[in-house]
Amino acid sequence: MTAFTEPRATAVAEPHPQSTGKIPERRQRTFSQWFRHKGWRHVVGVVTTLFAVFPLIYVLSAALNSNGTMVGSNALFSQIDGGNFEALFTNPSRPFGRWFINTMVIGVVTSAATVFLGALAAYAFSRMRFTGRRISLLTLLILQMFPQLLAVVAIFLMLNAITDIVPWLGLGSQLGLIMVYLGGALGVNTYLMYGFFNTVPKSLDEAARIDGASHVQVFFTIILPLVTPILAVVGLLAFIGLSSEFVIASVVLTDPDSQTLAVGLYSYVAQQRSENWGVFAAGAVLAAVPVMALFLFLQKYITNGLVAGSVKG
Amino acid sequence: MSTLAPPDRSTTRPRKKPGSTADSTFGLLVKITLLGLVDAFAVYVMITLFFQEKWLILIVAASVTLLINWIYLRKGGLPAKYLAPGIFFLVLFQVFVMLYSGYVAFTNYGDGHNSTKADAVSAIQLSAQQRVPDSPAYRVSILERNGELHLLATDPDGDVSVGTTGSPLEDASEAVTDSTGRAVELEGYRTLGFAEILTNQADILAVTVPFSDDPEDGSLKTSDGSSAYVYRPSLSFDEATSTFTNLETGATYTDSGEGSFTSADGEQLSTGWKVNVGFDNFAKAFSDQNIRGPLLQVVLWTFTFAIVSVLSTFALGLFLANAFNLPDLRGKRVYRILMILPYAFPAFLAGLVWSGLLNPEFGFVNNTFFGGADIPWLTDPLLAKVSVLVVNLWLGFPYMFLVCTGALQSLPEEVNEAARMDGATAWRTFTAIKLPLLLVSVAPLLIASFAFNFNNFNVIYMLTDGGPRFGNTTANIGHTDILITMVYEIAFGTGVGRDYGLASALSIIIFIIVAVVSAISFRQTKALEDIN
Repeated sequence: MTAFTEPRATAVAEPHPQSTGKIPERRQRTFSQWFRHKGWRHVVGVVTTLFAVFPLIYVLSAALNSNGTMVGSNALFSQIDGGNFEALFTNPSRPFGRWFINTMVIGVVTSAATVFLGALAAYAFSRMRFTGRRISLLTLLILQMFPQLLAVVAIFLMLNAITDIVPWLGLGSQLGLIMVYLGGALGVNTYLMYGFFNTVPKSLDEAARIDGASHVQVFFTIILPLVTPILAVVGLLAFIGLSSEFVIASVVLTDPDSQTLAVGLYSYVAQQRSENWGVFAAGAVLAAVPVMALFLFLQKYITNGLVAGSVKG
Repeated sequence: MSTLAPPDRSTTRPRKKPGSTADSTFGLLVKITLLGLVDAFAVYVMITLFFQEKWLILIVAASVTLLINWIYLRKGGLPAKYLAPGIFFLVLFQVFVMLYSGYVAFTNYGDGHNSTKADAVSAIQLSAQQRVPDSPAYRVSILERNGELHLLATDPDGDVSVGTTGSPLEDASEAVTDSTGRAVELEGYRTLGFAEILTNQADILAVTVPFSDDPEDGSLKTSDGSSAYVYRPSLSFDEATSTFTNLETGATYTDSGEGSFTSADGEQLSTGWKVNVGFDNFAKAFSDQNIRGPLLQVVLWTFTFAIVSVLSTFALGLFLANAFNLPDLRGKRVYRILMILPYAFPAFLAGLVWSGLLNPEFGFVNNTFFGGADIPWLTDPLLAKVSVLVVNLWLGFPYMFLVCTGALQSLPEEVNEAARMDGATAWRTFTAIKLPLLLVSVAPLLIASFAFNFNNFNVIYMLTDGGPRFGNTTANIGHTDILITMVYEIAFGTGVGRDYGLASALSIIIFIIVAVVSAISFRQTKALEDIN
């Protein structure tokens, strides 16, 4: 099995290129050695990259081809124009622009609130000792195993009941949806943040307390600036998760004008998948670009955050 | 504000009293304002609840409001002040809704069983209206006030009255009548013209004006906007025995004890009410022919899907992490960026895009890779399952790649060297040393990944919508449905009537499975012991 060849072992055995004169013979040896050492990795890399990227190239090509149907999209980049994007923004019964704004507003408000609620809780768990602390942390860890969408029926019925009491928080309301999402704010986020908060030395806040800072001042002016990376990671992960959330949003938001991209774009292709294909692809590209840009921009943070979370448990 | 004072000075510096700085005055103001807003909202909610006479919720709301005020106004109890906001939402929208699911699972809540028995009785009385044979015609005009349509009715004796849906006829003898003696105008109302009557036909048809508060006295309805007839419920309700009697056939419908009125020969009135049905929903899930067969297949597939997804993404991710864990590999960064793109791509879009790629007739895969072959990627039971797994591999391997790369790089180099000194092959070093060390750190992530895939709604729903459908059931459930998509289909699907009770019962089953699996696996990994 060469798959897991230890790189150094072969590197040591490799002869130095300049040391001998017989070029044709050695070239062959070098190539097979190069292949065993590095070449196969490039083969794996190219194959996997193709597998990873071809659906994305396809959807980009379909978006730029105003031919519109699925069959017409199969010849990649055979036609390039912006007709689909134009159609996307001019259909009043499927207001893509509104969906986009709705998704951004719901995503940004919810992730900001999530970060804030999570940071408050993590500060308490990391800096204070109180009865029930351990059991609360355990409870949070266990609760996050059960995603909210398991209770989607109960959430629907509950919002239905809230509609009778406070209509602007009930079914069809984006604020109601944000509230529901905040139910999941503590779960895994507090845990990630808790681990990171613990890495900030306590002597810092003790010094500040001695200087007369209140616990609120310590939280806002000392701890929060030092834990910005984890705040970014949590906020970003929350935003990415929310921009893909379909189940609860589809149940709560009924009016096309209030829907999110996930619900709206699904309706675009739910009935006739092949006819609307080009316009859907254009919508998919626009919906995916901000999320992917954010993701790649903060990729390093995310990797570190994931691994830190996993290792610290 | 100074953050870091040298220790020798800070120990001697007298501690400032809290509340003496400008900052804390500002803080106090913010706190009072926020708490005031919360209280104002709470009072608004409680007043609404009071007028709706929802006493239980009112008591709960009042207690929660008091608790919040107590937490923030008392001295001390600092942790609670930081935890309360998050816990409020957690309790309401994660813990309570789960308990509520548990409650709904033991009821027959769903289409036709939405409300209380009293509501069901009046709904039946209203819907079962039939024109009283040979009843006199009332001449009517259609009036409008505040956007609501009213009937101005002149009875055969010339008496005039007015009313609308939900508000019984009242005397309106002051109305203006035309030459034929038909009332046409009333002060405070606007009379609709002929053209308006035509455009509002559907709304006018829906107006049912009861003669009195008792629905059995009958009501007035008009179909053309000029003459109305008396309608009476064809079913008469007897309060004392709690039975409906069909006035024509004489059949009686009694309270069956299961939330509906049923006649002796088993006929059921369509509107029922919500009752507790005990374990009926669970029994139905495991005994009803229509549900049981599909359910077992769905459970089996849910496990297969989750396990295979975790294993395949982990295997590919680990393989790639190993392949690219070489410091001097050229183009490593480019590969890395390109390979994690699927992870950055929103999952619901991935499902939809792949459903287009794999479309048998028009799809890119069949037309380009297989030269126009008609391979039923999404419509053949087995191929659909394979497709779902491949798409989920596409979505999931970059995450495992990132995680495994991180974990591999954090392994100490000495371990590696020691193994090589002892003469271990690369493969043996990997299986005997690196993999076990790696598993320690990634095992919790694998469990989390299992739990996630167990409820991976988006991929299934967007790619195949659960299809191809099972042949042995009328419900819209198919070969690639997992438990959570089945729940969604039963609760909100278009195939058959909504059944919240059964859907909640299935949620509870998922809940139990996830709980058991996580409990066992966490015990194995001892992840919980790390908490201090």
